Amino acid sequence: MKAGVNMETIYDLLVLGGGPAGLAAGMYGARARMKTAIIEKGRPGGQAATTWDLENYPGFGRGTTGPGLTQAMADHAQSFGAEFIKDSIVSLDLKSFPKKVIGKKGEYLGKALVYALGAEPRMLKVPGEGKLRGKGVSYCATCDADLFEELEVAVVGSGDAAIEEAEYLSKFADQVSIIVIHEEGKVDANQVSFERAQQNPKIKWIWNSIVKNVNGDELVESITLKNIQTGEESDYLVNGVFIFIGTAPLTEFLPPEVQLNQQGYILTDEKMATSLEGLFAAGDVRAKYLRQVVTAASDGAIAAVAAEKYVHETELWEKEVINSKKPVLVAYYNPTDMSGTEKIGLVDRFVRANNERFSLVKVDATRNELVGRRYNITLDQLPKLHVFFNGEIKHEAAEINENNLTAINNLF
Amino acid sequence: MIEVNKENFENEVLGASGVVMVDWWGPKCERCLELMPYVEDLALKYQDQIKFCSVDTSGNRRLAISQKVLGLPAILFYKNGQKIDEISGQEIAPEDIEAKLKQYFK
Repeated sequence: MKAGVNMETIYDLLVLGGGPAGLAAGMYGARARMKTAIIEKGRPGGQAATTWDLENYPGFGRGTTGPGLTQAMADHAQSFGAEFIKDSIVSLDLKSFPKKVIGKKGEYLGKALVYALGAEPRMLKVPGEGKLRGKGVSYCATCDADLFEELEVAVVGSGDAAIEEAEYLSKFADQVSIIVIHEEGKVDANQVSFERAQQNPKIKWIWNSIVKNVNGDELVESITLKNIQTGEESDYLVNGVFIFIGTAPLTEFLPPEVQLNQQGYILTDEKMATSLEGLFAAGDVRAKYLRQVVTAASDGAIAAVAAEKYVHETELWEKEVINSKKPVLVAYYNPTDMSGTEKIGLVDRFVRANNERFSLVKVDATRNELVGRRYNITLDQLPKLHVFFNGEIKHEAAEINENNLTAINNLF
Repeated sequence: MIEVNKENFENEVLGASGVVMVDWWGPKCERCLELMPYVEDLALKYQDQIKFCSVDTSGNRRLAISQKVLGLPAILFYKNGQKIDEISGQEIAPEDIEAKLKQYFK
């Protein structure tokens, strides 16, 4: 780990967040020989490091722990040369190239960014919850469970995290009451975990109920439950209340150009590209169907590979087109379209005949994503010609023919 | 940094003169383990100003509850046998601890 990295360093890939998505992105990036750094404010591992029993990562069955698995991921990334920067992000400047990450300890530059800051536990937002946090109110069973040995606790929620953490808590607490908003027998968790929890003699189910209040002076003494069918309210004595009602994505650093879904998760395409060029998103922060360690790792791998392609295409484009001293004819084509590629031959001959004055860049528009995105090149308009000069499009020819080429010759 | 448990808590913390800082931690609390090297640094840096103790809650659960510690990490400050201040929760940063410490220098 190092802090205060030299400002001159420009990373090919900067990964924000050291959870499974960020660690996988870092590993793939570094292995592809990109200069890669992972910025994480604490220890690597993300939310997965706060889950003790982790038994659904393929190839790593019972006995696997969240801290253990994520530490192995961090070591793996480091072994290929990914750097770890320990810093808290303050803000991002995403409009420039390279992009800039401003941290508490330093500023970092990256040609592409993978945003993998994940999500944090959602709060109930009821009276007493904030005041009694750390005094019986908890969002992390692994962290606090052993303090509740011989005590009674409530778990709020019915998703995978709620049911699985209730199971973990039952190893310590005398009784674990799960407060479920749904009618009897209905939970949001997977069936395997639900069935196992139903067999557990220490687990008690309270259906049709929500928590209205967390009560206690210095420590949690009870919670006020409301039955949503009858409207009846009652105080329920517990020493602790563990809240697992989902997560909220950490997107506070993103500018409004980055599209989010209605719940605030980042929208990406299947290559993990966001609506902002060069910014990729991976893991729990992304709008997706399943939020698990295995899908986070998958997102990270895809994001790193897509980011590598982006960096490569951008640098090539800068060098050959944007920074060219001569006017550049850019010919976009589809290699499977024979009559189209023949027309590219015309451009080839034209540039060769005027070798001193023009240069030529041929772009397979079916593979190059950068140009498609930047200049709105769609496959149904191929082949197509742009003339770039001083980094800008100066001329466009929708048809490639002798007349249009002569026109270009007269223009420049 | 003095390791304190249910046997010597009374003596080392409540019976001490001046301000005592107690770092409550547990072996499964990732955030506690992460903070520990910083706390040890602080203990070295300011050992002349304040007494530093730590409690492993895993063997001292009743002691933790008697001191109203039900969430980790928790950093408690004592003076003349009384708890006078505390910071706790996953978001504690080393800088927060240092800032708090400085309030209690002689």
